[in-house]
Amino acid sequence: MAKSKNRKVDIPSASLADIAFLLLIFFLVTTTIASDKGIALLLPPKPDPNQPPPDITKNQRNIFKVNVNSSDRILVEDEPLQDISKIREMVKDFVLNFGKQDQENQDLINSLSAVQRNFVLSQGRKPDSSDSPSDAVVSYKTDRGTSYEIYLGILDEIMGAYDEIYGERVGLTAEEFRNLDKSDPAQNDVYSRAREGIPRNVSIAEPTKIGE
Amino acid sequence: MSKFKKKASTSQDIPTASLPDIIFMLLFFFMVTTVLRESDILVEQKIPAAKELNKLERKSLVSYIYIGKPKKSDMGAEPRIQINDRLVQPTDIQKFVNEEKDKLTEVERDQITMALKIDREVKMGIVVDVQQELKEVNARKILYSATKRIDL
Repeated sequence: MAKSKNRKVDIPSASLADIAFLLLIFFLVTTTIASDKGIALLLPPKPDPNQPPPDITKNQRNIFKVNVNSSDRILVEDEPLQDISKIREMVKDFVLNFGKQDQENQDLINSLSAVQRNFVLSQGRKPDSSDSPSDAVVSYKTDRGTSYEIYLGILDEIMGAYDEIYGERVGLTAEEFRNLDKSDPAQNDVYSRAREGIPRNVSIAEPTKIGE
Repeated sequence: MSKFKKKASTSQDIPTASLPDIIFMLLFFFMVTTVLRESDILVEQKIPAAKELNKLERKSLVSYIYIGKPKKSDMGAEPRIQINDRLVQPTDIQKFVNEEKDKLTEVERDQITMALKIDREVKMGIVVDVQQELKEVNARKILYSATKRIDL
């Protein structure tokens, strides 16, 4: 009678791994890793057909021209450029230039960070570059045949230049500036302080019809 | 003879009791970090990379427009616009935007953001057409989707 009443019974769990594999394959096939990040832009409003087009009264020196043609050749201020990464520094130098000397500009210079102020006082007073950051406009024009990758790359550099200016002004990197949460009053305050007096004047021009 | 016949009859079993645990961990990782795809993407989408990325503030106020070459060659070789799950022409964009705006409250209508997921090999012509239509419908907040580029 010494039967083995103490025999343990195991639930066979060999199929557990199969079930788990099936579920895993289902999720791998039907889901994507959502990447909802990108370069934000506000398009200009629709031109009102009743109003005449606004006069371009800006002085040429206040406009920083970037043109890309259908063969993806880049012209910055009417000079060819090979290296896209130089555009960032050029835009920063252009925006932070104070060609006109007046009290308003002096107040603006005083509101910049120390590093930026040193830059402006040493080489940011070129009379042939922009009058002040509020007058400075970056005009970006492409052709219909330009590749989207180049367009985005250059737009990335232009936006990066502005973000770096704003960030340096309040002691943050461009990325930290972008990640400021505007619903938090303290961060919103930092955000407005960084942008004050320097509007992000990026004008995306209507492309010419060549090269479709 | 006993010297030859006696074999040590042992067998090694790799303990596989932990295999389901490993798989469950992978499963939970994917369940947590991924999102169920809403619609099949009919166009090629090699999204370009950029450094200056903004995050989307509110996912509920975002509508997606996909632009690229169709994956299946019977739908043409020119880049096309995909909205929800159909390929459309630029003229259909206005109707789509109005439909999306109707789903939102009055206050949120102006905050709608259009996320443009554009393949890197697309030319600017079709992008400009889409932007023109978006300007007509006053959906001016756009986001060019991009992946993070890390310069080494």
